[in-house]
Amino acid sequence: MPLVELERVNKSFGSLQALRDVDLVIEAGEVVVVIGPSGSGKSTLCRTINRLEPIDSGRILFEGMPIPAEGRELARLRSDIGMVFQSFNLFAHKSILDNITLGPIKARKLPKAQARREAMELLERVGIADKADRYPTELSGGQQQRAAIARALAMEPKLMLFDEPTSALDPEMIKEVLDVMRELAAEGTTMLVVSHEMGFARSAANRVVFMDAGEILESAPPDQFFDAPSTDRARNFLSKILVH
Amino acid sequence: MDVVLDNLDVFTRGMRTTVWLTGLSFALALVVGTLVAVFRVSPVPPLRWVGTLYVETVRNTPLTVLFVLFFFGLTKVGILYSAFTTAVIVLGGYTGAFVGEMLRSGINTVSRGQAEAARALGLTFPQVLRIVVLPQALRTVVAPLGGLAIALIKNSSIASVVAVKELSYLTGQLGNDTARYVPVLLGAAAAYLVLTVPLGIAIEALNRKVAIRR
Ligand SMILES: Nc1ncnc2c1ncn2[C@@H]1O[C@H](COP(=O)(O)OP(=O)(O)OP(=O)(O)O)[C@@H](O)[C@H]1O
Ligand SMILES: [Mg+2]
Repeated sequence: MPLVELERVNKSFGSLQALRDVDLVIEAGEVVVVIGPSGSGKSTLCRTINRLEPIDSGRILFEGMPIPAEGRELARLRSDIGMVFQSFNLFAHKSILDNITLGPIKARKLPKAQARREAMELLERVGIADKADRYPTELSGGQQQRAAIARALAMEPKLMLFDEPTSALDPEMIKEVLDVMRELAAEGTTMLVVSHEMGFARSAANRVVFMDAGEILESAPPDQFFDAPSTDRARNFLSKILVH
Repeated sequence: MDVVLDNLDVFTRGMRTTVWLTGLSFALALVVGTLVAVFRVSPVPPLRWVGTLYVETVRNTPLTVLFVLFFFGLTKVGILYSAFTTAVIVLGGYTGAFVGEMLRSGINTVSRGQAEAARALGLTFPQVLRIVVLPQALRTVVAPLGGLAIALIKNSSIASVVAVKELSYLTGQLGNDTARYVPVLLGAAAAYLVLTVPLGIAIEALNRKVAIRR
């Protein structure tokens, strides 16, 4: 059974159709990278999977079960899906350590001491253990994003969603975040990553999904996709982003 | 000034009642205001309507009218509270509407991403509000809430219309009894300052302390 299945998913914002009959299957352990022009629906796709964005029609299954409507069940499902945002969204009024222990204590009901222990291990892993008592704005963008990844990992999620995790970062910080993500991928974490980092896609992805105007136009292994895209629109898009 | 010094106990008794009246009313206002704000941002439309109805009703009714309605209206239907309790309920309920509006504007200053990150972690809607959104919203409105508290100290004098023995009621009586209106009024003004100025300083300090580091 696949971890995630989307079947003919449609989503509109007013008259604008952000997702158009989207079908997508993510197997456990897979790393799927989504690319496409701005406004093509990549973020929306990401956000429908944990129902931050409810869909208009179609089906989304997580471990074979339909995503529940708003309520306790949905909160439980979300705790199984980690999400990393472009703008980090660390809780501004909490220290880094408290950011990371919040979910485990409040949603997983872990004892405080255990949550702190696990959080420190995670911070160690993403290389910012020395920042545990700092506040988000006291960290660089790259450090904040690594903290945000640690916060998501603290829930021991079955799936990690990344929505352009490096596009708000200065170039010198991109690598430190991608390195953490590569490590996760290598450990077999199931990941859906919206990103235009071609190097990451080539080296870490099992599959690249290309979206345009709310539709998935291609879905192929990275080498095949980058070397021989099968649609004009993908070719066109690639020529634009690879030039600079 | 002798009339003030000779009757210092009148002033201190009045101040004590004013402090209690303001403190309890403001505590009630914080509770009411939080509920109102939560109602007004709730995803459930009927709750939003209730919140809006409350705020609009209370804001558009003069405070004296509320006092009279509550004090005499409730007595009429056989519900008897002391004048003091009535004053706390009316002042707290009235101020609560304003606290609610301030908190709501505070909630709007908290970026959407904060609540989204909390929801994505698996927190329930009440948890998102209580743990992530409200604490940040509160921090941004400490100064205006403080202003409201200071205004409440002075506005609590309206409780004298139902004969609560707070500062302005007792000093008014003293003025009448002694016919020394000017010194007694000056004394009353000084007594209010003794209450409001330290509170203002405390609020400023609190505001600096809770400000989110940016
Ligand atoms: N909350 C919203 N309300 C209205 N329109 C929206 C909303 N969210 C997204 N859209 C629109 O839906 C379309 C798809 O948006 P989405 O954010 O998914 O694109 P994207 O591929 O992530 O783009 P980008 O690369 O710029 O992040 C866009 O046209 C966008 O303007
Ligand atoms: Mg996007």
